[in-house]
Amino acid sequence: MKYYRNHILVSINETSLAAGVQEFISSLRNELAKNDLAEEINILETGPLGFFGRGICLTVYPENINYEDVKIEDIPELVQEHFLKGRPLKRLMLGAAEKFSPKFNYENRIVLRNSGIIDPENIDDYIGTGGYEALEKALTQLRPEDVISEVKKSGLKGRGGAAFPVGLKWSFTAALNVPQKYVVVNADEGEPGTFKDRLIMEGDPHQLLEGVMLCAYAVGANKAYIYIRGEYKLCIARLENAIKQAYQYGILGKNIFDSGFDIDIEIKIGAGAYVCGEETALIESLEGNRGNPRWKPPFPGVEGLWKAPTIVNNVETLANVPFIIAKGAEEFVKYGTPECPGTKVYTILGDVAYPGLCEADMGTTLRTIINDYAGGMKKGFRFKAALVGGAAGVILPDRLLDVKMDFSSLNQYAAVLGSGAILVLNEHQSIIDLLWSILRFFRHESCGKCSPCRNGTEQLYKLISKIRKGNGTMQDVDLMLFIAETMQQTSFCALGQSPIMAVRSAIENFPDEFIELTKK
Amino acid sequence: MAKTVNVFIDGHHLEVPDTMTIIEAADKIGIYIPRLCYHPDLPPTGNCGVCVVEISGNPTPKRACCTPVAEGMKIVTNSKKLRTYRKTVVEMILSNHDVTCPTCSANNKCELQSLANNLGVDPDALPSILVKKPADDSSLSIVRDTNKCISCGRCITVCNEVQTVCALTFADRGIDTHVDTAFSNGMANSPCVNCGQCTVYCPTGALHERSELDAVWEAIFDPDKHVIVQEAPAIRVSLGEEFGMPLGSVTPKKMYAALRKIGFDAVMDTNFTADLTILEEGTECVTKLKAGEKRPLITSCSPGWIKFMETYYPDLADCVSTAKSPMSMFGVLSKTYYAQEKGIDPAKIVSVAIMPCTAKKFEARRPELSDSGYQDTDYVLTTREFIRMIKETGIDFANLQDEEPDAGMSFYTGAGTIFGATGGVMEAAIRSAYYLVTNTDLENVDITAVRGLEGVKEASVDIPGFGKVNVAVAHGLSNARKVLDQVREGLATKGESPWHFIEIMACPGGCVGGGGQPYGNDIASRARRGLALYEEDRNLPVRMSHHNPEVLKIYEKFLGEPNSKLALKLLHTHYFKRSIFNGQITEEITHKHQ
Repeated sequence: MKYYRNHILVSINETSLAAGVQEFISSLRNELAKNDLAEEINILETGPLGFFGRGICLTVYPENINYEDVKIEDIPELVQEHFLKGRPLKRLMLGAAEKFSPKFNYENRIVLRNSGIIDPENIDDYIGTGGYEALEKALTQLRPEDVISEVKKSGLKGRGGAAFPVGLKWSFTAALNVPQKYVVVNADEGEPGTFKDRLIMEGDPHQLLEGVMLCAYAVGANKAYIYIRGEYKLCIARLENAIKQAYQYGILGKNIFDSGFDIDIEIKIGAGAYVCGEETALIESLEGNRGNPRWKPPFPGVEGLWKAPTIVNNVETLANVPFIIAKGAEEFVKYGTPECPGTKVYTILGDVAYPGLCEADMGTTLRTIINDYAGGMKKGFRFKAALVGGAAGVILPDRLLDVKMDFSSLNQYAAVLGSGAILVLNEHQSIIDLLWSILRFFRHESCGKCSPCRNGTEQLYKLISKIRKGNGTMQDVDLMLFIAETMQQTSFCALGQSPIMAVRSAIENFPDEFIELTKK
Repeated sequence: MAKTVNVFIDGHHLEVPDTMTIIEAADKIGIYIPRLCYHPDLPPTGNCGVCVVEISGNPTPKRACCTPVAEGMKIVTNSKKLRTYRKTVVEMILSNHDVTCPTCSANNKCELQSLANNLGVDPDALPSILVKKPADDSSLSIVRDTNKCISCGRCITVCNEVQTVCALTFADRGIDTHVDTAFSNGMANSPCVNCGQCTVYCPTGALHERSELDAVWEAIFDPDKHVIVQEAPAIRVSLGEEFGMPLGSVTPKKMYAALRKIGFDAVMDTNFTADLTILEEGTECVTKLKAGEKRPLITSCSPGWIKFMETYYPDLADCVSTAKSPMSMFGVLSKTYYAQEKGIDPAKIVSVAIMPCTAKKFEARRPELSDSGYQDTDYVLTTREFIRMIKETGIDFANLQDEEPDAGMSFYTGAGTIFGATGGVMEAAIRSAYYLVTNTDLENVDITAVRGLEGVKEASVDIPGFGKVNVAVAHGLSNARKVLDQVREGLATKGESPWHFIEIMACPGGCVGGGGQPYGNDIASRARRGLALYEEDRNLPVRMSHHNPEVLKIYEKFLGEPNSKLALKLLHTHYFKRSIFNGQITEEITHKHQ
């Protein structure tokens, strides 16, 4: 094996592709060769590095220095300074101006542990970091019920928003004695401001596949579908590539590891409806129907895709499973809180210094996430509010900054962790504008099946628009609350039950804005 | 396997199978949970959100229509909370509804109207969010007014699941969600067979027949026109219920009296041509049986079924009787035989049909049905339109003196009247086919195996000199599919159909459950009306079509004999193949008798 003095990790993601990363890499390669460094410095193409610098981002090992927004014209200077003279180029370093060094707390990573480190398009990289060991262990040493009991012991809860205990969900389906069962991966990530699943799939697609296979083995399914957003082009390409490689290696297909276990995984591309993130609507869509939700019960675990028992799990949920099986539940519960073990991947955006992605222990406070992982507020701005959990989430004011970010702690504030999206607003932003935008989103994404949601989302949008224009009254504000509450109580699925979260938290936490705008 | 479970509804303990939903269990003990989109005849969709109930252990209310009962479930159907939410849900629905109750076709029959009234909702509680759109009036039979639609989805369920026609679907999302045809081409350019079951199950006035009332009134008031009217078998058992009489009252003579009061010049009866149909179709059947034909003969009276066949089963078109429907036979005879007998210029005759059917409006406008040299049937009114006419005229229907119809084309037998119920045509045909083969009458004319509301009924009739005749009866087009698929399979694999003779009616229950019948036309009332027809049959002096004196007279004086050259010209038709995408004719698939 060849030894290099330095490794340059180049993030290949949708953002860097748009910034021309391919051309950049060949220029960098040329420049290194010109300086006779080709044998000393290695360039690795990886998935997302886990922080959201602008443009093309690099991480240089072993120094662990991050550069952001590097342009082709910067290459000569970068090579001269960093790789010849050994002086990191301050000008391009991430957070140099704000004197901020983002936490790359790799010890505290489960889901993203390989992201930004391995080449997501190479199965050997994944195997080299211990990939598919969990699958091998499960297929050769564990019975399906052992896998389920390990997952139960880990306390893993669904990461898509509903936080249902994963092991329990699997055990319902595993208990059914029927010839056909399915596993469906919910990769239809549509919560506004959420893109964690995208980066998990872009950065480490094999980890997801391994999670799917473990789940299928545990519940007795031999067919899995990954229902993925159509916009996630790179994810789709990488997953397709990963599936192809896994088939070539005999990790997917028939009689895996001579265990007698068969599994096929197929990708199904969604058409962009938010409601298709709801598991029963997703199943309808997968069957080729209009994406409308189905009534529960029967739950998909009992009667799902084509009436067969079906496990629907979020990408992040399944991506946790290989770790649990490989390292054991006792290792997993060292992370997070006793009630919500493990980590959570957050997407942080808005007026923070470094919007992006981070993986932190369950129970980390909102303040820590914003300050330590996202570099605090953008320079010159003060924190006003954070929308936590996407459009179906709540708007938290600064007095709740020390709330612990886990499923049970947030419940105390009638808030939800949801998908883990955090949108931070500065003191100049209008809560009413935010609410308007959320309600416009719900109006657009309501599937129209049930009358409380169909008519309610329109009424809410009309009312907030009126208030926003300064034509509303406090009666309109009350009416909004009343409609949203009726929707919560009578809507068919979670979509219509959700707007109350944003409406109530906006009105309760920021009453002055409503009073101000309706004063006439 | 259904288990019996214990549930408690508002404190009442009951034991029910766990396959039941909460609303079914509550209905069973007479607790009425307010509802809108739920209909006992159709699978629940849970669309409206009105029937929510509280179930202990659940933080939010659940829909009673689609939540199954479970052991130990404690259910509260009425509480302060539920009352408030239900009201608000209905207020939200009304805020997106074209509230024009006084002039709406569903006024006083509208389920939204009565629900809103019962719950005491405030119509002005919420600002209107209705964006008015033009109605779809492209169809000859059915008008669809989106502004009154509450997207309950019943029409779609009945169209797709009960009738398997699949003309309707939801289109767009959110507030823009609406019921539509493929490519928004309108009902006329869809596979819609005009059966009108959507109008029957629509809880509001969003779906109703295309009214021809004004045109009929015009003709009645025109002194130059001779307006002759016929009424389908089902009409006489579907009127009383609207005028305070018990459901299923048999009122043919009040019906004649009302029609005469309204001002029709001649009041005759479709039942007469029902008997005539039996002789034409029965003769066709016997000819086929005698020839050892392997392909079945299928009845042709139901226009919804005919268009369905032309759209989805054109390969079986040659199996369908060429006999026109009783309505169309009456139409053509009104402008030939009747005109000749009475010495009236057929150009001045306006032939009106009162039908339990919306598809008859389409049938009447078929260009090929003009063998009289004119459009054979000018106007078709549904039962609902006729009732409106009676009410408009201020006729006290329940207390009318009985009147006889005008002679010529009005005498009918018990066989003619049971045409209105599923299995009736088959029973009537067997009564006469037996005679046509054996020249003797059946001793027991009650063929009960083909009666009742089972989706597909089968029977085997022994006809001396011929042997066993296998028959099948299907009503509702999803049941028709079951029979037709077996015919197709039998023809393909064994070269013969499992049945010799098949009756198909488009609407569940037959014509008594037709798409033009009074609102509240559920399966239970269809059954009641069907029984009323059998009751009338039992009480009639003549019960076999071949003994109808007026029928015998028309053959003697005008037609010659069944399936004569003139009969084939006037009383028989041919069929077309239609596109399943837009319902339009693509080719002529069978041809007119020469």
